[in-house]
Amino acid sequence: MKRAFMMRVFGAYSVEQIVPPRGNAAWATIFATATMTFLAVAALAAALGVSRLADAWSLDLAQSATVRISAPEENRDLQIAAVLEILSTTPGIANAELQSADEQARLLSPWLGEDLPLDALPLPVTIAVTLDGAGPNVDALALRLAADAPDAAWDDHNRWRQPLQKTTNRLRMLAIAALVIIAAALAVVISLAARAALAQNANVIETLRLVGARDRFIIWTFVRRFTMRALIGASIGAILAVVAVQALADATEDDTFLSVIGFGGLDWALLLAVPLIAAFVAFNATRLAAMRHLSQQA
Amino acid sequence: MITFEQAGFAYGRTAILNGITQELATGSFHFLTGPSGAGKTTFLKLCYLALRPTSGTVKLFGHDVSKLSRDRVAEMRRRIGVVHQDCQFLDHQTVRANIELPMKVGGRNIGKNRANVDDLLSWVGLTKRADALPLELSGGERQRLAVARAVIMAPEVIIADEPTGNVDWEMGHRLLTLLVELNKMGKTIIIASHDLNLIRAAKPMTTTRVLRLVKGQLVAAGADL
Repeated sequence: MKRAFMMRVFGAYSVEQIVPPRGNAAWATIFATATMTFLAVAALAAALGVSRLADAWSLDLAQSATVRISAPEENRDLQIAAVLEILSTTPGIANAELQSADEQARLLSPWLGEDLPLDALPLPVTIAVTLDGAGPNVDALALRLAADAPDAAWDDHNRWRQPLQKTTNRLRMLAIAALVIIAAALAVVISLAARAALAQNANVIETLRLVGARDRFIIWTFVRRFTMRALIGASIGAILAVVAVQALADATEDDTFLSVIGFGGLDWALLLAVPLIAAFVAFNATRLAAMRHLSQQA
Repeated sequence: MITFEQAGFAYGRTAILNGITQELATGSFHFLTGPSGAGKTTFLKLCYLALRPTSGTVKLFGHDVSKLSRDRVAEMRRRIGVVHQDCQFLDHQTVRANIELPMKVGGRNIGKNRANVDDLLSWVGLTKRADALPLELSGGERQRLAVARAVIMAPEVIIADEPTGNVDWEMGHRLLTLLVELNKMGKTIIIASHDLNLIRAAKPMTTTRVLRLVKGQLVAAGADL
């Protein structure tokens, strides 16, 4: 009676269960996929955080420049005025502002300390420039500066941006390599679990062959089971990883790297892709294991 | 239907069957007998393509089985119903689901064939056990379930390996009656059995032919059969 009721409720589902829903392989698959997906999502979060932070820094640097004037004191004011005049009439420059001694002290304090007598140091005068759009024609600007303020030098921050971009690209590559290794490890684990399940269900395979099942039918019964398990495990792993990453980001109040890791915007699409990629890896790993297993039989 | 031409089978250097030449015609009823280890099961496996001959030729439905692809072998198996002594079922699935398995494998619509399954359950006397699991069945019920699964796809050949080995005489006779009924519907029946009483019981029911395997070779059956 109870079974008849269960059959009516779950009949359509149970009919699909040709491979018995038992065995250590089931838990091994779910656990391995959840763990690998957790690591993959954590690596993805770190990579996205690094990229976001580097992009923000790079953008700040790209939209600003500095003019440094190391002129002798007797004609310093003349050259400052000339530079400000040139900058104010140059297309591509939104704003140019002479940095005060206090501002310079604030910028140098992390390296030289608060109490250093900056007045006694031969510091150059600096003008902070905010760029507009693609910025000025640097070659033409350099010629004008050389003519009217020979001790002025234009610094577009390229020297800082390029290593930053290089570092970001390397970190991205590292994250991609980590994801590829995780996917490969997942494929190996799923493949081993699938082989164990195939051996454990030799009786099922023999029964299926006896009633005329083609290899692809048998393969599909195992593939479907393992893909579903992988999808469940991957979803659990991804959810846990998102919760952990968000908790880590929320718990970090200062403006450090940890505070910018997390997900937003298009990141969620990437995040959604992780369980699907895990399921795809499981699909192919199981299919190859099953094909190899069946080809070894008569 | 099934033709052996100097067919043999060996596991490595150990020959199980040697130079067998035999034709099993459509609609015939054959008993295969012989002592244990004579090669009866191997002979049957060659008939239902679980094995391929290592020498000579076996032709099934006109096709040389040695030249069939794996997919073609699977298709051929759907035209053959097999009943084992140690019946193999999906133990986690119900009696009904096990009977439906060949339809599922063959891509038939199970919903549309539900009435056929009900008729078959009734024919083998398992209507009340339709929702039971195979492990909950008695030996006789398992054999009848195996017969039901073997015939659900209306196969042209039914092969039974010691079908009455695990059941009492009454149940064995009932299974024999089922197989005779199928033979009268035009099915080719091949039964491997060392139960001489079963073979004698079949003689009055239908035209039977007895093949005897001795040391891997077919010989004429004794006069007592």
